[in-house]
Amino acid sequence: MTIPDTSVASDSLPDINLMPARSLVLWRRFRRNRAALLGLVLFVIVVLMAALADVVTPGDPLRNAGPPLTAPLVLAANPLGTDQLGRDIMAGIFHGARISLIIGVVATLISIAIGVVIGAVAGYFGGKVDGALMRVTEAFQTIPSFVLLLTLVAIFGSSIQNIVIAIGIVSWTAPARMVRAEFMSLRKREFVDAARNLGVSDVAIIFREILPNALPPVIVFASVVMATSILMESALAFLGLGDPNYASWGNMIGQGRSVLRTAWFCSVIPGVAILLTVLSFSLMGEGLNDALNPRQKK
Amino acid sequence: MTGDRKTILDIRGLEIVLPSGADRPRALWDFNLTVGEGEIVCLVGESGSGKSLAANAVMRLLPEPHVRVSQGTIGLDGQDLLSLSETEMRAIRGNRMAMIFQEPMTALNPQKTVGWQIDEVLKLHTKLSKAERKARALEILGDVHIPDPASTYNAYPHQISGGQRQRVMIAMALVLKPQLIIADEPTTALDVTTQKQILKLIKDLQQAHGTGILFITHDFGVVAEIADRIAVLRLGELVEQGPAKQILLNPQHPYTRKLIAAVPALTPPPEKPMSNEPVVLEAKDLRKTFAARGGFLSGKRKPVMAVKDLSFQLRRGETLGVVGESGSGKTTVSRIVTRLLESDSGEVRVDGRDLLSASRAELRGLRKDIQMVFQDPMASLNPRRRVVELIAQGPIVQGVAKDIAHARARELLSLVELPPMAAERYPHEFSGGQRQRIGIARALAMEPRVIVADEPVSALDVSVQAQVLKLLADLRDRLHLSLLFVTHDLRVAAQLCDKVIVMSKGEIVEAGPTARVFANPEHPYTRSLLDSIPGRDWEPPVRSVA
Repeated sequence: MTIPDTSVASDSLPDINLMPARSLVLWRRFRRNRAALLGLVLFVIVVLMAALADVVTPGDPLRNAGPPLTAPLVLAANPLGTDQLGRDIMAGIFHGARISLIIGVVATLISIAIGVVIGAVAGYFGGKVDGALMRVTEAFQTIPSFVLLLTLVAIFGSSIQNIVIAIGIVSWTAPARMVRAEFMSLRKREFVDAARNLGVSDVAIIFREILPNALPPVIVFASVVMATSILMESALAFLGLGDPNYASWGNMIGQGRSVLRTAWFCSVIPGVAILLTVLSFSLMGEGLNDALNPRQKK
Repeated sequence: MTGDRKTILDIRGLEIVLPSGADRPRALWDFNLTVGEGEIVCLVGESGSGKSLAANAVMRLLPEPHVRVSQGTIGLDGQDLLSLSETEMRAIRGNRMAMIFQEPMTALNPQKTVGWQIDEVLKLHTKLSKAERKARALEILGDVHIPDPASTYNAYPHQISGGQRQRVMIAMALVLKPQLIIADEPTTALDVTTQKQILKLIKDLQQAHGTGILFITHDFGVVAEIADRIAVLRLGELVEQGPAKQILLNPQHPYTRKLIAAVPALTPPPEKPMSNEPVVLEAKDLRKTFAARGGFLSGKRKPVMAVKDLSFQLRRGETLGVVGESGSGKTTVSRIVTRLLESDSGEVRVDGRDLLSASRAELRGLRKDIQMVFQDPMASLNPRRRVVELIAQGPIVQGVAKDIAHARARELLSLVELPPMAAERYPHEFSGGQRQRIGIARALAMEPRVIVADEPVSALDVSVQAQVLKLLADLRDRLHLSLLFVTHDLRVAAQLCDKVIVMSKGEIVEAGPTARVFANPEHPYTRSLLDSIPGRDWEPPVRSVA
């Protein structure tokens, strides 16, 4: 009689050496999205521009580098032309990439950090804590974020630090709501009860048990926040509230605005730079969404 | 095989292919099955056997083109279903063959009344007038023994009970007097007492109407209750098929034997003499009320008493079963004694120390002694942690050094019969039974005195269920553990528990040694529970299973 032995956990596991590493799996999934690859290429170009700014266009980008309002492709020294003060547009684009990236990354970190903490606490504890925190969030959401940003910059001054912090402060509400929703569904899962049953503290449950499970959508959303941060800084600069000590793309558009009809390239070239950078973030966000979705195949 | 009966459903050489990347290339192959007029054919198999895909193929409800029929014919009363157009198929579905689903709550549209939904079926397939349709709907609701057809006709699905919803589903399936009904696990989501009524209803109606029924289930108890013929499916392969009596009493294929041997026998262990072991877990006068929070404008609703004045004692090495139907409060009990849920009053003593009044700091130490194994092994393991971290987490929180805890976790893997290499993996790489072993190892890592197991095997296939139960019993005896075992399945309780408490509506209606309660139930509720165990009269052929 051949009754299979029921006492052994018989189903075998795949060999661990044959399982591709997690990062490799993520890359394969990301790679399958063509648009995301394009976004990645654009992003790498922006990063290279920021990194090589001092090599390709050495010296202060705000100095006078040629005759004012030179059109692109006329002078070898100013391949993208100059603005009305004779500043080299290519230098501005390269050095502006730094400012845009710094603003994008730091402001996003600030907004996601605030959003994660508030959303996690509200979603995990629920009840009155949730009520109070969500009323605060709603208070922020009812004021248009750009108006709030203008107010903050008007009060605290338009240094680059203040601008970054202010952008972070006006854009945490959406990530907070998102994290809260994730936490509300995850906290009911049995593994949270299991951790409580082992005596794990609330703080450890929030940050070490639940948060890693809640992060994927937040990471995807971060790419959107990064894009809007760059746009917000540009909009501030366009209105003349940017930090005049730095060459930023927004500043360049703002200053080129007055000569838009005669020297379109002063505004259009930095405008295209912003467009492509923001596009790269949203395309990459979509790719990340695919890569982090566990239901996708390897 | 069907004798002089007319064949309603005739499946020949059916093959269903799966998309590339699935665990096997074909879900089903070389599948032959017939259902005769007035016959109930049970298609039995564990999860992943392809039984539901076979049913969906008959209804032509496969998620094409990913999963599709590549070969074979499906004949309904002589007509080849696979060659029909989608429009022709729509005229047949609901009219000449109908389907009953597992979860009646999701299969019914929550936005429409019961009457509207039955009416729609009639409107689509008949030319009856409005008044005739209503009369027909009320008649069929009466046929399925709905107590008050007129008021149920106007009720929304959430306003009637789970059993009633399943009756409505059956009414919808029957209203056009189809030749064939496909029932996909129709009683799995129901309580035993309701299950018994529904099974009886299906059988009665089928005899009255002469309908052929293809009944899909994983539960041999249910099979024993209603089947005329049985087909056993394993991973897409039809391993055995024949008359019910023959398969149930004299199975030929080893897999069928294994499945039947895994059905827990209904004979509880003999009553042990009064134990003098110390009491390790004691609950006194537990009470829990769920205050139903009313909306801002809707006012307060009536609070629900989930547990009422509940007391019990658990001695060392003993297993106490908490049995009852859904809503009886048994899960609430398991969460109160582990203090995952705060009780309104009463006390829980673990080794004499009060758990319910312990401060947060004291609680952390006390939790060590009372650990829990959860129902859903997928949901109860954090998907982002490796197995060794999951098991070692408890001891680390309690202050054990990380390397010691990890070493101990690796030892525990062999104790729960998992290979050592499992340590470095993530929970999703394991099967359900293996995950539950990880859950047990995590509880054992704390070296507890009591393990509270909340339906630990109800999410598992029978053969895996038997393995996990055996493991739990082994560990209990070897480590002198006490088990508080919450289950709705009386067969499982009979296997493992020395004593049981039977709960109904938050109260204990009967308590005592399992053997005595099962042999001589005193309370009518216990009696009805025991009577409802599917396949109660079927004595599985006892095989050499330790």
